[in-house]
Amino acid sequence: MSSKPYSLFLKDFRSELRTRYAINSLAMFIIVAISVILFSIGNEKINENLTAGLFWVVIFFTAMSGLARVFVSEEERGTTMTLQLVASPSTVFTGKLIFNLVLVFCMNTVIALLYSALFDAFVLRNFALFLYTFILGNIGLAIASTIIAAIISKAGAKGTLYPVLSFPILLPLILTAVQLTLFSIDGTTFEKSIFELAVVICYDVIMLTASYMLFDFIWKD
Amino acid sequence: MKSIAWKVFLFLLLAFVSVAGIAFPIVENPTHWYEFPNIPGLEQNAKIIFFHVPTAWLTVIAFLMSTIYSFRYLKRKDPDDDIKSYAAAQLGIIFCILATVTGSIWSKFAWGSFWSWDPRQSSIFALLLIYGAWFALRSSIENEEKRATLSAVYAIIAFVTVPFFIFIMPRIMTGLHPGSADDTNAGPVVDFKMNANMMLIFYLSLIGFTILYFWMWKLGYKSLMFKERINKQLRG
Repeated sequence: MSSKPYSLFLKDFRSELRTRYAINSLAMFIIVAISVILFSIGNEKINENLTAGLFWVVIFFTAMSGLARVFVSEEERGTTMTLQLVASPSTVFTGKLIFNLVLVFCMNTVIALLYSALFDAFVLRNFALFLYTFILGNIGLAIASTIIAAIISKAGAKGTLYPVLSFPILLPLILTAVQLTLFSIDGTTFEKSIFELAVVICYDVIMLTASYMLFDFIWKD
Repeated sequence: MKSIAWKVFLFLLLAFVSVAGIAFPIVENPTHWYEFPNIPGLEQNAKIIFFHVPTAWLTVIAFLMSTIYSFRYLKRKDPDDDIKSYAAAQLGIIFCILATVTGSIWSKFAWGSFWSWDPRQSSIFALLLIYGAWFALRSSIENEEKRATLSAVYAIIAFVTVPFFIFIMPRIMTGLHPGSADDTNAGPVVDFKMNANMMLIFYLSLIGFTILYFWMWKLGYKSLMFKERINKQLRG
């Protein structure tokens, strides 16, 4: 297992374990976001439709707080040049994408666990559908946030710009994912939600293709 | 001489479309050429189609042009293409705001509220966000070449999501807008509820606004280009 994207991922993984910057900020952000929602709800019973939306709101904002790190950290440490020398752009992108995928899956699993423990109305009647939504949604989220992170890091690492640029790109994914989460709360069958699932798959494929094609231009100065 | 002829033609065309669109009566059974048919559920509100749809159409055309020139910029690295793309996007955001405002005024009369998160409203709002984000990105980078490259990349990434907003979202979400998936009372307006002369004026309006757009785009592009040249001369 010494392929280049994998070793790039390992490098990021080790340096992340050393500082734990992204993991810590993500973990704290999850707690902050969920507790803000819980405080604002108070003792009120919220309906099921709202929980599906809020679930993806937490995911979106948590992603925005930590996923830009992969490229911004290279820019901050001044290691971009070295990386350009040792690896081709597509290798770099694959390595960073794997790292963000792992991060997104860890973070969203924690969110889903906390969420189902803390919200009574979050009952998944069609769990398999939720699982598909979750996996496909996470992949799309990781791809889009990685390519936007690359743009941000070259634009001088403007922290506030990241959610601004990401939101319109992620909107079709989030809207469809909210719809699918609603379906899985309602217990809608697979046959009825096949169109929405196809939309999410299309989104993932289109984003992945566009990202690989365009990353060269971002990466080469 | 030729350009003056074009401008006169455009003026006459838009003047005719404006008068026809506003003043032609809507009647139950049209007999004269200047009468529009009554579309159940829309009535007098239907007339906005002559002004609202062209602005929404130009929003998309401007975005498309901006993306095409972004593509060309990435391919040839010619600063001219970046300016063209910028000029198109500038017009795009204006038409996007116009489409949003006219649409929301219309929805006050047709649906009872200015904003109701209909899928069409969501998608035009998303386009507005994309334009806003694009300009925010541009203004944050000072280096010209970097700005051109990164904004071109972002324009293309944003463009590939546009089909989701324009074609897929309105069809999978239930909505109030004429022509959406579960629209029973008004039906797809463009297809069969409009009669021939209404259709003709609608397409004339589309053509007129498109010519207007290209003229404005050319002016915008020229002024940006001259600005660039003056800046260059002042600097060195």
